Amino acid sequence: MNGLVPEQGKALAPGQGKALVAMSGGVDSSVAAALMLEQGWEVIGVTLKQWQNPDGSLPTAGCCTVGDAEDARRVAAQLGVDYYVLDYVDEFRQAVVEPWGQAYLAGLTPNPCVECNRAVRFDALLDRMEMLGCDVLVTGHHARVVRDETGYHLLRGRDPEKDQSYVLHMLGQNQLARVKLPIGEMTKADVRAEAAALGLRTAGKAESMEICFVGKGNYRDFLQQHFPEARRPGAIVNTAGEKLGEHDGTARFTIGQRRGTGVAMGERAYVVDIQPATSTVVLGRKEDLLAGACEIDQVTFVAGHPPARADVEVKIRYRSKPVPATIAGDGAEWLVRFSEPQAAVAPGQVAVFYDGNEVLGGGVIRRAE
Amino acid sequence: MLYLDNAATTPMRPEAAEAMRDFTDFGNPNGLHAVSRAAKNAIEAARERAAELIGAAHPSEIVFTGGGTESDNLAIVGSVLAELGNVVVGATEHKAVLESAAFCLRLGAQVDITLDVAAAVDEHTRVVSLMLVNNETGQVLPVAEVARKVKKTNPDTLVHTDAVQALLSEAVNVHELGVDLLSLSAHKFGGPKGVGLLYVKNGVELEPVLRGGGQEMGRRSGTQNPMGIAGMVAAMEATVAGRAAFRNRVGAIRDSFELAVSERISGLAVTAAGSRTPQHSHVRLPNTLSETTLILMDQAGLCAAAGSACQSGAIEVSHVLEAMGWGKEAAGEAVRFSFGWQSEPGDASTAAAIVADVWERARL
Repeated sequence: MNGLVPEQGKALAPGQGKALVAMSGGVDSSVAAALMLEQGWEVIGVTLKQWQNPDGSLPTAGCCTVGDAEDARRVAAQLGVDYYVLDYVDEFRQAVVEPWGQAYLAGLTPNPCVECNRAVRFDALLDRMEMLGCDVLVTGHHARVVRDETGYHLLRGRDPEKDQSYVLHMLGQNQLARVKLPIGEMTKADVRAEAAALGLRTAGKAESMEICFVGKGNYRDFLQQHFPEARRPGAIVNTAGEKLGEHDGTARFTIGQRRGTGVAMGERAYVVDIQPATSTVVLGRKEDLLAGACEIDQVTFVAGHPPARADVEVKIRYRSKPVPATIAGDGAEWLVRFSEPQAAVAPGQVAVFYDGNEVLGGGVIRRAE
Repeated sequence: MLYLDNAATTPMRPEAAEAMRDFTDFGNPNGLHAVSRAAKNAIEAARERAAELIGAAHPSEIVFTGGGTESDNLAIVGSVLAELGNVVVGATEHKAVLESAAFCLRLGAQVDITLDVAAAVDEHTRVVSLMLVNNETGQVLPVAEVARKVKKTNPDTLVHTDAVQALLSEAVNVHELGVDLLSLSAHKFGGPKGVGLLYVKNGVELEPVLRGGGQEMGRRSGTQNPMGIAGMVAAMEATVAGRAAFRNRVGAIRDSFELAVSERISGLAVTAAGSRTPQHSHVRLPNTLSETTLILMDQAGLCAAAGSACQSGAIEVSHVLEAMGWGKEAAGEAVRFSFGWQSEPGDASTAAAIVADVWERARL
């Protein structure tokens, strides 16, 4: 593929249409932009400015930093495409950071990347894509969109280690028709090799594992700083209700957490419940964490309707393996029954249904049982 | 490509480019030998011309700097460093002034940011800063009148004006303005980037902000930029000489642009219409978001601007419009077109057609 990218101008293989590529400044979206060009698309690169500190300063660590925008800008220049930074600070605060903080205050374990994709990237930015006269929105996610006679399908990325289909489960037919994920067919090693072959400065760039708006800091410190209610102290109790200690705010805890409770129970203790109403944290044994089923809401299906078969595989965390389960329900509220009990089914996290490599849909865990 | 962002920066005037191309005095102006002397002579000749062009009483009142931002910093921070007192600045000032004022808080000064600077002055005010032309709206501010009022309230208060946007079209005469300090930046009037000047009235005490070898009579350390200075003063010369013609010619282009746009966009609102420069056209495109309209204009080959760009390059609702009482929505509709010495009569209709087309596509 070397040498196909023009150094200047956008004259290569016209006719595919215009693509708006969301460039984070990382290697994946850099290569996504290059691939679209190679496939004959006219490309406009954009970086979303999503967060600034209350004093107006920009984060210097984590993703979405000034440095990342500069990397994206430089890659766009090397590829010879126009590049802009779009201000989504208000939308991001309202749709992602606020609900994320409120969810922690409510004793939940939220996934901000899912909400960002739902409300910002594949909603506000999709609208913007059309207004800017583009035909498709492109991101650097490791996942695949394929189309057959039944419609669009969302599949896992080819690289099982890097698959990001989980955080895209909310995409429906309307979105998938306007979205391209060109690096979903590649392994991360392929992506890096391609970036290196093109001489892009992001080729060897480390991946950011942090929550973008928190940066390199601890998310719990961020919570306490930005959501003062998160500092409400309370009791740490065992499953029998006996007080074991005290804490300075439930937002420091997440279901399944073992370290950092500050309490010795004589055996390995896990956070098994968080009760925000009384600011109580319940510790228990590993068995207490097991749940045979969970209720989920905000459920959507990629196909626009539930699958014909109730037998699916479910992923209950970004990094967990899918487990067999049956799903039942209608509308946006469903019950997931696991084939065997699962540990640390955390309300607020996202349950995503798979059929092999295909994402069927998913929703937000409301309650484990 | 049609460039209507001359308030951000201008292409070099041929006079400036020529002066720099022909400039061969590479010497360090601060040495004793012949090569140094030649460079020193060049900047001193330029200093004399610069002083004359803005009505300064003596060339030693001109301090060459690295640009408008540095001049503003030296004027405000330098005043307060030399003698601690309070700072009053206009609410629509450039960030270089606002941030310099904010820094003075750390030096122990009280800082007033206000739309009515004259009224905020009292016996403790060390320095007042009011821009001559607002960079965003093009509004011309009554600096001479405010300077008179300030001096009446407190004759010891220093009056600074950031005249960076003004030189192109407005009379810039330090005596007539009655100011003690005045900032200019070469690249706003057809000179090179990275060079500017600060007029410092004889007798005004400033402590340097850049410390070092004591160049510029101790007021600004660092080896001067003789070639840049030569380019700046050549551009200044051409700008001042051609100012009346510029006003007529560019004003007519701007007016016919606005007329053509308003024929296609009903409800087009021109801001600061009362008192503005002939080169600025700051308008509200109804029911749009400038972040979208500017990208579409860029894609169509028209360079314009809005608000102020943040470090990352995103467009932010500007403090200027906020200070003028605009809501977020109205401020989001505002776009600035700024014409320049290179603008041609035909630019008006070309630009108007692009703006109207974009508006039709980008309406929310």
